[in-house]
Amino acid sequence: MKKVKKLLYSQKIAPYVFALPFILSLLIFWLYPLVSGIVMSFQDVSFSGMKFVGIQHYQKLARDKFFATAVANSVEYMVLTLLLMVPIPMLLAVLMESRLTKARGVWKVIMYIPALTSVVISGMLFRLMFSEGDSSQMNQILQMLGKAPIPWLKSKGTAWCALLLLCVWRWTGVNVLYYVSGLKSIDTSLYESADIDGASGVQKFWYLTLPLLKPTTVYVVTISVFAGLSMFLESFMLWNGNSSPKNIGLTIVGYLYKRGIEKNDMGYACAVGVVLMVIALVINFVQLFATGTLSFKKKED
Amino acid sequence: MAKNTNTPTQKTMAENHKVGTFLSTALFALVSALIAFPLLAGLTASFRPAREIFQRGMSLNLNFKEWTMANYSYLFTKFLNPKTTDATALADSRKYFMWYKNSLVLTLTTVVLTLLICYFVAYSLSMYKFKLNGFLFFMVIATMSVPFEILMLPLYKEITTIGIINTNAGVYLPGLCAASTIFFFRQYMTSLPKELLDAARVDGCTEYGISVKIMMPITKPAFASMAILCAMGSWNNMLWPMLVFRDTNKFTLQIGLNTLLTPYGNNYDLLIAGSMFGIIPILIIYLIFNRYLVEGMTSGAVKG
Repeated sequence: MKKVKKLLYSQKIAPYVFALPFILSLLIFWLYPLVSGIVMSFQDVSFSGMKFVGIQHYQKLARDKFFATAVANSVEYMVLTLLLMVPIPMLLAVLMESRLTKARGVWKVIMYIPALTSVVISGMLFRLMFSEGDSSQMNQILQMLGKAPIPWLKSKGTAWCALLLLCVWRWTGVNVLYYVSGLKSIDTSLYESADIDGASGVQKFWYLTLPLLKPTTVYVVTISVFAGLSMFLESFMLWNGNSSPKNIGLTIVGYLYKRGIEKNDMGYACAVGVVLMVIALVINFVQLFATGTLSFKKKED
Repeated sequence: MAKNTNTPTQKTMAENHKVGTFLSTALFALVSALIAFPLLAGLTASFRPAREIFQRGMSLNLNFKEWTMANYSYLFTKFLNPKTTDATALADSRKYFMWYKNSLVLTLTTVVLTLLICYFVAYSLSMYKFKLNGFLFFMVIATMSVPFEILMLPLYKEITTIGIINTNAGVYLPGLCAASTIFFFRQYMTSLPKELLDAARVDGCTEYGISVKIMMPITKPAFASMAILCAMGSWNNMLWPMLVFRDTNKFTLQIGLNTLLTPYGNNYDLLIAGSMFGIIPILIIYLIFNRYLVEGMTSGAVKG
C-alpha cells in the first residue's frame, strides 16, 4: 500500500495522473465519436439497430440536390466572409494603431461588444431590423432613399446582405483585436529604419506590416474557414428554424442537423459530417501549406 | 490620410497630420456608431410596446412619449408583482428566471471544472518531460482542428447511451478538456521558471502540493483570462445545449429565448426585454475584466 502511494507521488507517475482527464476525455469524447461517426456513415441507424449499407449514403449524397445547395451555400459564405473579415479588420487595426487615431480605447471597447451577444440575441436583432414591414429600420432607410420597401429575408441577394452583415457586425471587433495584438508584437525599430530610408506610408505597409502580420493572418484565416464552413445558427436564427425560403439559408451543418435530429436519419447525417470534415481538412491543409506555416520542421516557442 | 509629399515642409506635415487625425478618428467614430446601432435599436425597442415590434419590426422612430416600461415590468412580474392575478405573466416571468438560473448554474459549474482540469493537464504538459508529452500536445492541436459540429451527432448518441442526456453533465462533460484552454495554460506556464519546482521538492513538497500551492497562485492571470472566455462561451452556448436539454424547465437562457421567437409574436414582450437583460452578466464581466479577456483571446493569434 505504501509502495503504491510512493509510486503515485513519484515524479514519473505524477504527470500521467495530471494528464489523465485529458487522456480519458480524448478517448471518450473525441476519438470515440469521431470513429463512430465515420462508422455510422456506412450504416443505417435506427432504433432497432444498425445495418451496414456500405457507401450507399455517399452515393445518395452525390445525387442529393439539397446537399449540393448546402455545400454551395457554406462554401460561398466562407469565401465571402473571408473577403470581408480579413482585409477590413487588418486595415482598421493598422489605422487604429497609427498615431493618427484618438480615443482608441473607446473604439476598441465598443467594437468588441457585439461579440458578447449570443447568436440568439444578435440573430433576433437582425431579424427585426430586416423584417418585412414597411417600418422596419432597413425598409425605412430604403424609403428615405426613395425606394420601395422589400421583403429582405425572402430572396437570396438581400437575405445574404443580412447574413453577412450579421457576421461582420459580430466579428469585426474581434478580428481587429487579433490584428492589433499582431501589430504590437512587431519591432518598432523596423519602422524607424524604414523612415530613415525614406519609405512612404504605403511602402511601409506593403513591405513591412503585411509580411510581419502573416502569423496573425494565418490564424484569422484558419478560424474564419472553420467558422464559415460550419455556420448554422446564424441562418437558423434569421429564418426561425431550419427552413428558409428556397433553401437560401441551408448550410452543411444545417443539413446535418435536419437529417440527423429533425428526421432522425443518423447514418445519412454522419455521412454529411464526414464530407464536411474532409472539406475542412483539405482547405486547411492547402491554406497552411500555401502560406508556409505547415512544414514538418519543429519550432520551439 | 496624410500623404507624404516629396519635399514636405514642417508646416504642411503638421497640417496633414491634423487632417489625418481628424479623418481617422471620425472613421472610427462612424464604425463604432454603426456597430452600436443594432444593440441600441434593441434597447430602445425594449421600451416600446411589444405588439408594435412584432407587427412593424424595430423602427427608427424615437417617439419618447410612447416609451413604456411595460415589457420590463412584465419580465420582472415574479419580483415586482408576485401577487398578481395575471397567471400568464407570472408563469412567463417565473419561466424566464428559471432559464436564467439554469444558465448561471451551468456556466459556473462549467467554468470551475474546465479551468481546474485544463490547468492540471497543461501543468503536466509544461512542467514534466515524460514519454507521452509530445504526443499529448499534438493531440491538443489535433482536437482543435476538427470542428465540433462533426462530432455533434455521434456525441449526442453517445451521451444518450451513457444516460446523461437532459442533464447539465451532458452539456459540460464533453467539453471539459477544452483544447484552446489547455493550449493557453501551457503557453503561459512554459515561460515560468522551473527552478521553483526543484526548490519546493527539496523543501519536501509533493508533486501535487507544488502544482496547487506554488504554481497555481503564479498562474492567476491566466486563470482570469480563461475564466472570462469560458464563461462567455458557456453563457452564449446554444447548439449543443439545444440537443442535450429536452425539458422546458431545464433550458438555458439562450434556448429559452429561442423558443419565444415564434411566428405568432405573442411572446415578444418577454423576448425583447429578456434578451437585453440576458446580455447584462457578460457585459459587466467584460467591462470589468476587459484586459484579461483581450490577453486570453489574442494569445493564439500572435504566437501562432
